[in-house]
Amino acid sequence: MAPHIVSAFESDLQELRARLSEMGGLAEEQLSESLDAVRRRDLPLARRVITKDLELDQREIALEELAVRTLALRQPLAQDLRETIAALKIASTLERIGDLSKSIAKRVSPMSETDLAAIGGERLNNSILGMGQLAQTQLSDVLDAYGARDTAAAVNVWRRDVEIDELYNSLFRELIDLMTRERGAVSHGAHLMFVAKNLERIGDHATFIAEMTYYVVIGQPLSDDRPKGDPLFPLPEVDSLTDRETV
Amino acid sequence: MSDQVETTTPVASGGGADPNAAVKMVGKGVNVYYGDAHAIKDVSIDILDKTVTAFIGPSGCGKSTFLRCLNRMNDTIDVARITGTIELDGQNIYDKNIDPVQLRARVGMVFQKPNPFPKSIYDNVAYGPRIHGLVANKADLDVIVESSLRRAAMWDEVKDRLDQPGTGLSGGQQQRLCIARAIATAPEVLLMDEPASALDPIATAKIEELIDELRENYSIVIVTHSMQQAARVSQKTAFFHLGILVEYDDTSKIFTNPTDQRTQDYITGRFG
Repeated sequence: MAPHIVSAFESDLQELRARLSEMGGLAEEQLSESLDAVRRRDLPLARRVITKDLELDQREIALEELAVRTLALRQPLAQDLRETIAALKIASTLERIGDLSKSIAKRVSPMSETDLAAIGGERLNNSILGMGQLAQTQLSDVLDAYGARDTAAAVNVWRRDVEIDELYNSLFRELIDLMTRERGAVSHGAHLMFVAKNLERIGDHATFIAEMTYYVVIGQPLSDDRPKGDPLFPLPEVDSLTDRETV
Repeated sequence: MSDQVETTTPVASGGGADPNAAVKMVGKGVNVYYGDAHAIKDVSIDILDKTVTAFIGPSGCGKSTFLRCLNRMNDTIDVARITGTIELDGQNIYDKNIDPVQLRARVGMVFQKPNPFPKSIYDNVAYGPRIHGLVANKADLDVIVESSLRRAAMWDEVKDRLDQPGTGLSGGQQQRLCIARAIATAPEVLLMDEPASALDPIATAKIEELIDELRENYSIVIVTHSMQQAARVSQKTAFFHLGILVEYDDTSKIFTNPTDQRTQDYITGRFG
């Protein structure tokens, strides 16, 4: 596309793109470090992730200011308008991904390896980390797709979210099983459940960025017939759990 | 909070056209030549009733020329030659038996610069009804003058000084007076050639508000250089470039997702 007649407008749009891609990089880093902290049960690293979330929040505010200023001063239209709106929405999505990563970091369990092994938690940890890897790939692929304005790549990410959903559903079942069997595993299991849920949400946010990519390029929303994972099997009745405990 | 649910949603300005809007004027294969210069090239367009249609495009693209075809204002230019047909309610306005003066009573026009006659406010508005013989007596004329000024949203501002010269009003008031004058003959179509470009933002806002109200009764065609104004006031937008009608669609479509690259380049300010 030809550059704008008004060069300041052009540089505003470029600045928006640059800031968004910086935010994307930071969100990826936060997710990857929070997963490292889970894998290594590394509390200091978890704390660093939690503190660093503030930076993503501040960057979102700064990007929002720039986008609002661009809307007010330049009154962008057509693709420029779509891009400015998408930048606003993606920035807040990245900020949410940062929050979810922080929330994952807060779940890092200080449990010793022997205790973990006793409840069979190591295997579950690995399943969670597999899911985490998938979420990381989704996020990194969708950010690349947005940067390249590649709708085919964006749609691929959008379709692949079903894999995360399915992993989440099977993990959920396993965790319920574990916590039903082993009372000692309830605390660790509950933490892992939150981590899994957060990763599943990050996957959803990646699909939203894919939808925004499509919108910016094509000008129309991506229709909402995305494949979703199987619905969860019914939760065990609370009564049956209580019965088991009282027996 | 009200628990009432709105059952009908009015068609918002800057959105799309009412799908039930009737076709008011039809241009078919219109070409305009000024001497050797080919100013309008084979333009065909349906203009809807009770709808604001914006003509946009860079200077010299032919949008004003085409607008002036719609009430035969180009007849007054000797070197102008027009081919093709333009229909108003199915009748070709370039037919030999059409009187251009009568036509212009049905298709009124408001110009870029307010041009009130050097007469009183009252006589400015009364001029059209008088020359077209639309009224039988003074009482009828009073009614038309008042209702026209009311519809132009300026009755309260001028009702106590109707005998004062129209040229003594502010720019924004003069333009609204010209709109009142144009609607006094009860036209069916109102053509506006950059009606707010010489006005300050408040007067512009009043004109835009007025255009929105007038849409209930008229088919309005507006030429504007302000992209934002076109987006705000119109439901249909036509983009002209080098005498060609490049794209004509719902305003919301043109301004968020135009089909043609030339439209995209123009409205985003990238025309090289």
